[in-house]
Amino acid sequence: MRFPLSWLKRYLDTEASATDLADAMTRLGLEVESLENPAEALKPFVIAKVLTAERHPQADKLQVLSVDTGDGKGLQVVCGAPNARAGLLGVFGSPGAYVPGLDVTLKVAAIRGVESNGMMCSARELQLGEDHEGILDLPADAPVGAGYAEWAGLNDPVFEVAITPNRQDCMGVYGIARDLAAAGLGTLKPLVVPAIAAQGESLVPVRTDDPKGCPAFFARSVAGVRNGPSPKWLQDILTRAGLRPISALVDVTNYFAIGLGRPLHVYDVAKLKGGLVARRAKPGETLLALNGKSYELDDSMTVIADDTHVHDIGGIMGGMDSGVSETTTDVLVEAAYFDPARIGATGRALGLTSDARSRFERGVDPAFVEPGLDLAVAMIVELCGGTASEILKAGEPPLAEKTVGFDPARTLALGGLDVPEAEQRAILEKLGFVVAEGAAPWAVAVPSWRRDVDGAADLVEEIVRLHGLDKVRSVALPRPDGVAAPTATPAQKLERRLKRLMAARGLDEAITWSFISEAEAAKFGGCHWKLDNPLSAELAVMRGSLLPGLVSAAGRNAARGSQSLRLFQHGRRYLAEGERPTLAVLLAGDATPRDWRFGKARAFDAFDAKAEVQAALAAAGAPVERLQTVQPASDHYHPGRSAKLVLGKAVLAEFGELHPDVLGDLDRAVAAEIFLDAIPERRQKRARPAFTPPALQPVRRDFAFLVPETVQAEALVRAVKGADKALIADAQLFDRFAGAGVPEGQLSLAVAVTLQPLDKTLTDADIEAVARAIVAAAGKLGATLRG
Amino acid sequence: MTTDALRGETLASIDAAQTPEALEAVRVAALGKSGSISQLMKGLGGLAPDERLKVAPVYQALREEVSAALEAKKTELGKAALSARLASERQDLSLPSSPLLSGTVHPISQVMDELSEIFADLGFAVAEGPEIESDWHNFTALNIPPEHPARAMHDTFYATPAEGGERMVLRTHTSPVQIRTMMAGKPPFRIIAPGRVYRSDSDATHTPMFHQVEGLVIDRGIHLGHLKWTLETFVKAFFEVDDVTLRLRPSFFPFTEPSVEVDVGCSWEGGTLKVGGTSSWLEILGSGMVHPKVIANCGLDPNEWQGFAFGCGIDRLAMLKYGMTDLRAFFDADLRWLKHFGFASLDVPTLSAGVGA
Repeated sequence: MRFPLSWLKRYLDTEASATDLADAMTRLGLEVESLENPAEALKPFVIAKVLTAERHPQADKLQVLSVDTGDGKGLQVVCGAPNARAGLLGVFGSPGAYVPGLDVTLKVAAIRGVESNGMMCSARELQLGEDHEGILDLPADAPVGAGYAEWAGLNDPVFEVAITPNRQDCMGVYGIARDLAAAGLGTLKPLVVPAIAAQGESLVPVRTDDPKGCPAFFARSVAGVRNGPSPKWLQDILTRAGLRPISALVDVTNYFAIGLGRPLHVYDVAKLKGGLVARRAKPGETLLALNGKSYELDDSMTVIADDTHVHDIGGIMGGMDSGVSETTTDVLVEAAYFDPARIGATGRALGLTSDARSRFERGVDPAFVEPGLDLAVAMIVELCGGTASEILKAGEPPLAEKTVGFDPARTLALGGLDVPEAEQRAILEKLGFVVAEGAAPWAVAVPSWRRDVDGAADLVEEIVRLHGLDKVRSVALPRPDGVAAPTATPAQKLERRLKRLMAARGLDEAITWSFISEAEAAKFGGCHWKLDNPLSAELAVMRGSLLPGLVSAAGRNAARGSQSLRLFQHGRRYLAEGERPTLAVLLAGDATPRDWRFGKARAFDAFDAKAEVQAALAAAGAPVERLQTVQPASDHYHPGRSAKLVLGKAVLAEFGELHPDVLGDLDRAVAAEIFLDAIPERRQKRARPAFTPPALQPVRRDFAFLVPETVQAEALVRAVKGADKALIADAQLFDRFAGAGVPEGQLSLAVAVTLQPLDKTLTDADIEAVARAIVAAAGKLGATLRG
Repeated sequence: MTTDALRGETLASIDAAQTPEALEAVRVAALGKSGSISQLMKGLGGLAPDERLKVAPVYQALREEVSAALEAKKTELGKAALSARLASERQDLSLPSSPLLSGTVHPISQVMDELSEIFADLGFAVAEGPEIESDWHNFTALNIPPEHPARAMHDTFYATPAEGGERMVLRTHTSPVQIRTMMAGKPPFRIIAPGRVYRSDSDATHTPMFHQVEGLVIDRGIHLGHLKWTLETFVKAFFEVDDVTLRLRPSFFPFTEPSVEVDVGCSWEGGTLKVGGTSSWLEILGSGMVHPKVIANCGLDPNEWQGFAFGCGIDRLAMLKYGMTDLRAFFDADLRWLKHFGFASLDVPTLSAGVGA
């Protein structure tokens, strides 16, 4: 809501300054977003009189003026305006003045060799309008030397107030005035509804056939109006409120919408055929609205139509057809009540906003339909002449009286404010509530303009905001005894651990959009959730994998010249069965840079991804030793260089080189996804088992096997380890070789085995026996000991 | 040769030896099987007892002196050899070592950790909920019925429903976690719920995805004063500024009554925002007393249970605290930005070490 101070003062008798009023509004919950005084910017400009105007010696289109700026002397000013002439009264800016419309600060300057000591200004230069045909030409009574802004009545600060959806009453300046008066910033001027000297029936009959969408349709016609420009005061306040004055009839409707929160519509009777009816639109009906756009309507929408066609999207916007013009002589003034929900749905469906919609949608005062109509008709008759008809009332506005039971003790109990009962009662009454006499709980009747109030909590809010929210004192929450108890869940602890772990391992945490394009999603196994109304095709579906976001992030970084990229992301995959916590890793570029010791840079390979996966799984408490490597991973990975880590049927992670098809701008990248939801929960006892280090030295033996190349190293190591579960403490693969000396189709794999004697030193025979068991176990995989 | 002469000659040879080999030759010549001193010692057996008693100590002393001199010389030569070797093994240690791998934690994660730490001290657990939410949890249960104009305040993303399925929304705020918390447990409740939220909006200060933290306290006798204290305590702890003034303004949220918008006092010095003082105000969060209808919607009796809720943008908190100016950069994963604004793995916020890295 935008309105000038002078408009507010039409309803509020107050001495308070604009700043004080703005502060009060904000304190009351009417958030002032800006307070601007157009006069401030125009302070340096004074009214001046042109004494003489001579032709500029060097330029045909310029004149050299002698200007009296109030001291009676003539100041030399060069001016290019065609209307500059001796005797003209205009607006003068002296050197040092900032001209807002030009964005320049004036200084003494020689123009074509003639010194100019300031500037005579046009309306556009002072941002007072579009006119730039010539300089401002003031009436003869303008006082020379006086400040222009003050004289022109521009010293009228303009408030821009954000009205929350609950305050339908403050969608009119009058409602704001009521709040300010209740807060002690002045006296609310009562609205005196005039008695209309009505003659005859309305020129146009009205009725409502859609009592749900339009429960009340009241109207009066006015015959014999003359529609010209509205008076200056009305044009001025409308202009300052950001509206364009159009004609008296239109300006009156805007004045009532903004001033009193009462939207009206005025029809040109000459353009109507038969009576007006509020009804549902017929599918396919269209309306060319006053904004110049055509709207196709459907039967969920309430419209006002005559015998032939629609003239108004009820409560939202009128039609071009039946709008008033300078030639209009007979009008019908409509004051209706439209159902707020219907208005909202229609407005959203049509994508159409208007001052009327924003008021009807919040709910206008149902008790102010008839008074609003009469006030408006009286104003029309006053400004445009003519004769008003009797009122026509179709339907009834929903005037359900609402009474709320209220115990004033709630103000302290809920609001934390100790306000004496008498003051509470006074506050409510000043806001228009009617509080029944007697003991608590009070019966409080809610005024018709406060549709939002329907419970005790609402009344507490009224009292708290009027008494002063700043008076609420801080009260500590009760604190349990002792040190604060831990609050994080296992999943939250895991998330924190993993993020810190990854950062410690040199990876940078990325956060990318949860939504990706459908094409990207398709490359990574598709998606379940699509958006009905995405911002763009790039952000159209919910990701089923965290990798697409990382791949495009890596592409952007590569384009910016990054040489080595280690990214991780913790977030959700959005699947049909739910949202699953996931850790994803992407490594691209150099694993190690060129180095004076090691030579060439090394690119990341699948084992770098595996290392991150294993680190993360270990930190997550997964039984890393028991996981099986199953090749390959999903289709977005390289079929030969990727794997899943599985535990039984559960896939805990996938890693490997990404498939070239999914890389976009990247050359090559390795990646991993760890499915945190698949990791079995770890149960660890707080106290560790007793520490019992073995008394005897471990014995180490190496075994080199020839295996068919299809045998997984992991399977061989596992077989070796399983050969004697009591004695073999560890087995590690330390060499892999194919080529000279190794038969075609085979590999040489070497395993270091650690034997841990338990109660006696191992004899050669003992070691021999374990070695035989190891060779036998490996033999089941087709491995033979290498000679 | 007299023993004196032998002594002088041997010690001189020891002194003159320049290498371990030369020294060894001197040792063999003196103390070897047929060395000069060994010969002297061997000769003792042929002497008369008187004579033997007289010269034996002299020979013994000579042998010991020579042994000691040999040992000393050996140590000296060894030291010299080691020094020479070490001197030849010089490295330029200004050469670079292996590159330091230092990753970063995203500011949003850092701020979430800070929030968890601060609110844990106040007894708030961390709750979570789905981001693809039912209309009921996101709106209706929060007292935003389908035609409520407040829905227009939320530019909602809708998921395409499955055949005959419900039309889900991407949650527009973290408030549905309030509903889930109240429905799942038994009061009293004290939770915060940080998480991702979505609005169909995009410019320099709005991104279609952002992060919020919700707070909820439901108990008996909780009022606006407790809300004010909690927010003051939080803001002081979070910004690590004692001089924090909050300005509470009446506002409107469908799920709270009374509703309160909260500004924090701040100042602008040389274009930089500083939290503290009252020279300027910055809107940081929305809050209020949980609407009785919301409490009732969760199956609780609003006459018995009441409390407050608040919601605040995490990205915004991060920007205010750590000085980012463009929200969009949070989600661009520009490595340069991550390195600049990210946090070291060890910057774990704790109450004892502080929650401002």
